[in-house]
Amino acid sequence: MLTAQVLYGLTACVIVALGLRAALLHTSLLQRVVAINVMGAGVFMLLIAVAYRGPGLPPDPLPHALVLTGIVVAVSATALALALARRLHAEQDND
Amino acid sequence: MNTTSLLVFDGLLLFSIVGLAWASLATTDERRSVILFMAFGLVLAVAWGRLLAPDVALAEAAIGAGLSGALLLAAARKQPRLLSPGSSKGSRHPDGANVSLVSRWAVTLLSAALAGTLAWALLHAFSSTPHDMLPRAISGNLASSGVSNPVTAVLLNFRAYDTLLELAVLLTAVLGIFALGQGTPGYQPAGPIFDGLVRWLVPVLILTAGYLLWVGAHAPGGAFQAGATLAAAGVVLRLAGRSRIGLPDGFVLRIVMAAGVGVFLLVGLTLLLLGRPFLGYPPAWAGALILLIETAAMLSIAATLLLAFVGGQPQSADVNAAANRQREEMS
Repeated sequence: MLTAQVLYGLTACVIVALGLRAALLHTSLLQRVVAINVMGAGVFMLLIAVAYRGPGLPPDPLPHALVLTGIVVAVSATALALALARRLHAEQDND
Repeated sequence: MNTTSLLVFDGLLLFSIVGLAWASLATTDERRSVILFMAFGLVLAVAWGRLLAPDVALAEAAIGAGLSGALLLAAARKQPRLLSPGSSKGSRHPDGANVSLVSRWAVTLLSAALAGTLAWALLHAFSSTPHDMLPRAISGNLASSGVSNPVTAVLLNFRAYDTLLELAVLLTAVLGIFALGQGTPGYQPAGPIFDGLVRWLVPVLILTAGYLLWVGAHAPGGAFQAGATLAAAGVVLRLAGRSRIGLPDGFVLRIVMAAGVGVFLLVGLTLLLLGRPFLGYPPAWAGALILLIETAAMLSIAATLLLAFVGGQPQSADVNAAANRQREEMS
């Protein structure tokens, strides 16, 4: 068992939990989006920690590719969520 | 570097990552939250570098911290304190005034239980030695993939399906944004110092994007990092108050938006007609086909991310000029 893998893996679990808690408790839609992004970053850290094989050894490239895909999907979901929030607010203003 | 100093570095890095995440989520100030989130993303990029994932580090710095941050910051600017439905009702507790103490504790316990379960599963997985079947399969077939960067080989060759669908997700997201209304008006023209910086920065960003696209075949880089860098050039132009931010108009814009998915599908279907599997490149042509797909993907990704920053269909230059005039009259 690699120390770095365990350290980064356990930190990733903490970040996922922090993000989930904030996403459920915040009332601001913008901050909920931030919280979900933090949670996603925790998942990415989990995958990168799993891919790590120790200093000097080539890591597993498959989780890296998954995380790259995940980052791009996360930013498009963020953009759509913010556009929805903006529209929601414009509707509320009209009422 | 010896083991102890590496351990100290890891400790400091993880401490700042958790600290920034906590600080970003604990505040009720939306701007502060977003800015701390951007710092969190940049420190994460350092962590990805530490774990020997330079491709992910580049993408995190450009997309995760950079463009997500720009999107969130623009949203926080447009509706100061307005994005929260309950913001006008009395004081706001860090975790929301509408949530009772009981449910706050329940959510905290639920999150802690999730973290515990995850950690238990992770330690269980780490305690056995990894089989490494897939990494061996990747390195065994790398020579016939057309590129020498294993991450690019996975993204554009071995798991090209995933990337095709990912580009489709991007296209769907921007179509959703288009359906929600017009883009927001541009910014006021920048002062001479920022304007001078923009003149230098935009060509450098475009050049960097081209370099990242080319170098992705054999070193960290690729279409995603390049597309994000290209989009950043447009974001800088928009922040400087330019009415033209590098996006084409009308029909050409739609072609650029769909180019990534389109070229990907075209290559896959042509190969199918030639009797090969869908997206199963012939090894001799793999390098050229991957570069072709990546170029189209870079343009689509850049256009998509920039349109997301604009927040919808870009308004014409006349509308922006009119908005600027109106602002000047008001001030």
